[in-house]
Amino acid sequence: MPDSAQTPHTNEPTRVWPAGGLQAIPDWVYTDPAIYQREIERIFHGRTWNFVALEAELPEPGCFKRSFVGPTPVIVARDTNGFHVFENRCAHRGAELCRPASGKATELVCPYHQWTYDLAGNLTAVPFRRGIKKQGGMPADFKLAEHNLRQLAVTTRGGVVFASFCRDLEPLEDYLGPEILADFDATFDGRPLQILGYYRNTVPGNWKMYHENLKDPYHATLLHAFLVNFGLMVAGNKSAMIVDASGRHGTMASAKPDQPMVDEASKQEMRAFSETMTLNDTRFLEYVREFTSPWSVTMQTIWPNLIVQRELNTLGVRQIVPSGPHEFLMIWTMFGFTGDSAEMTRHRLRQGNLMGPSGFLGLEDNEAMKFVQEGVVRSSTDVSYIGLGGTEEGTVDHLISEAAIRSMYRHYREVMDL
Amino acid sequence: MDKSAGLKGFAATQVPIDAARIARFEIEEFNTAYAATLDAGKVEDWPAFFTDDALYRITGRDNADADLPVGLVLCEGIGMFKDRALAIATTMMFAPRYLQHHITNVRVLALDGEVITATANYALYQTLVDERTTLQQIGRYYDRFVRRDGTLLLQERHCVYDSLIIDTALIYPV
Repeated sequence: MPDSAQTPHTNEPTRVWPAGGLQAIPDWVYTDPAIYQREIERIFHGRTWNFVALEAELPEPGCFKRSFVGPTPVIVARDTNGFHVFENRCAHRGAELCRPASGKATELVCPYHQWTYDLAGNLTAVPFRRGIKKQGGMPADFKLAEHNLRQLAVTTRGGVVFASFCRDLEPLEDYLGPEILADFDATFDGRPLQILGYYRNTVPGNWKMYHENLKDPYHATLLHAFLVNFGLMVAGNKSAMIVDASGRHGTMASAKPDQPMVDEASKQEMRAFSETMTLNDTRFLEYVREFTSPWSVTMQTIWPNLIVQRELNTLGVRQIVPSGPHEFLMIWTMFGFTGDSAEMTRHRLRQGNLMGPSGFLGLEDNEAMKFVQEGVVRSSTDVSYIGLGGTEEGTVDHLISEAAIRSMYRHYREVMDL
Repeated sequence: MDKSAGLKGFAATQVPIDAARIARFEIEEFNTAYAATLDAGKVEDWPAFFTDDALYRITGRDNADADLPVGLVLCEGIGMFKDRALAIATTMMFAPRYLQHHITNVRVLALDGEVITATANYALYQTLVDERTTLQQIGRYYDRFVRRDGTLLLQERHCVYDSLIIDTALIYPV
């Protein structure tokens, strides 16, 4: 195999994609540290819009929060001019200066030597800049403006804040494309968001697996007994796996029928299906129609670090923070809308049992991804087979295809030069 | 990080020492049985520790301190307890594991007739096949017990965890 050509610990991968094209995914995309470094440079620090915050988390000027672009810590801050995103790394000695998860401040001060920055990341003061008694101090040509925190491009839409290391990136609307934008706007429909809380979990798997899992509607009808038994996502329901023109983004969409119907042939295929499984409390499966959308469920994979979850009435964004090829952190921010009645909020919270690292669906996904990473790291074979739906790519209007994964890897291979 | 805040509605009050001693012993007995049930994997027996109208929530300390209502697990009423227990026992896919709860520092906060408000600290250890034992969570229970026919039942249990990053998945109730 071409694997043997790889020189370890170099940033110049000499990997060669295996025969089999997009139906073959080599294990090294999930395991190779050099590939991971290239992903940071070309994807997370490259021409991508990365989720960093919801506007509702920073409701007024002076608010700030810690966040990440890929694995890189950033600060999101709001002043009277709007939102700013800059690296959480003091220009002096590199300290990660912002420690609280969020807060309010008029300026940000590095605790090590009190270098002081405004909420746009501009350096405003340096202690003993002129020295003391004409001794020491900064050089005469020292300019504050040359030592600002590294500032990122920022854009917002529908209450969601994105940032990019790339200063000349296309507008978010063009980056997402019309198909993805339509479902994004259906979720973020202009109602002010109300933050309901956070979950954080690690997944011992490669960050791309999270995208793949949500571009893989095949698993949804097989792994998740809850979806199958209660008619939330059943092979045969009106559904689609939507892919943008670039191949990088996706929307897994499904419409819950009023009367779940599973035909006999599908029942035979789905081991998870059980005629006798019923719920004592069905409240959390109810769907209150509140969105202008044909879909009751849309799970959007927005390249490279965002999942937008609209699972019936439980809403959330998930931020992927990779910490190496073998693990990533997921930060879940669950929300509703400020106009929600108390009962609607309770409904969203009850329905939250479906998702998250203890969710009826969410915990199964995390377990499955762990199993896959252990498989690709430890086994002797080294290629996965992604052949469902043949070689088709792009949008399909059913659940039994891996076309969206192939589309993602077509884009990935172009960007990564693999 | 506001470290001072406990959960709303769980303020400490003056509790007569004799009554507190009795309540504390009852709670210790209760928690020992609760842990033994979960540690034995008998998740379908778990709902029996709660009243029919009970509330159960697992949430991070960051959410509790900020008064954010989300629950990693949220059960309202015995039906939801039974549904979760049944799903864990019969339909959900996860790797097999051993769990051990260590429950300590029981503190009686208030006594009001047959209602006892209390907290306790917990540590939850997890062991998976071919893996080392890990600390899955440390946290604190915020409990409201009712005494029915001389036996305690939980009307409310909030499991507020300090270990804000969950390792992969939290399968069983805490």
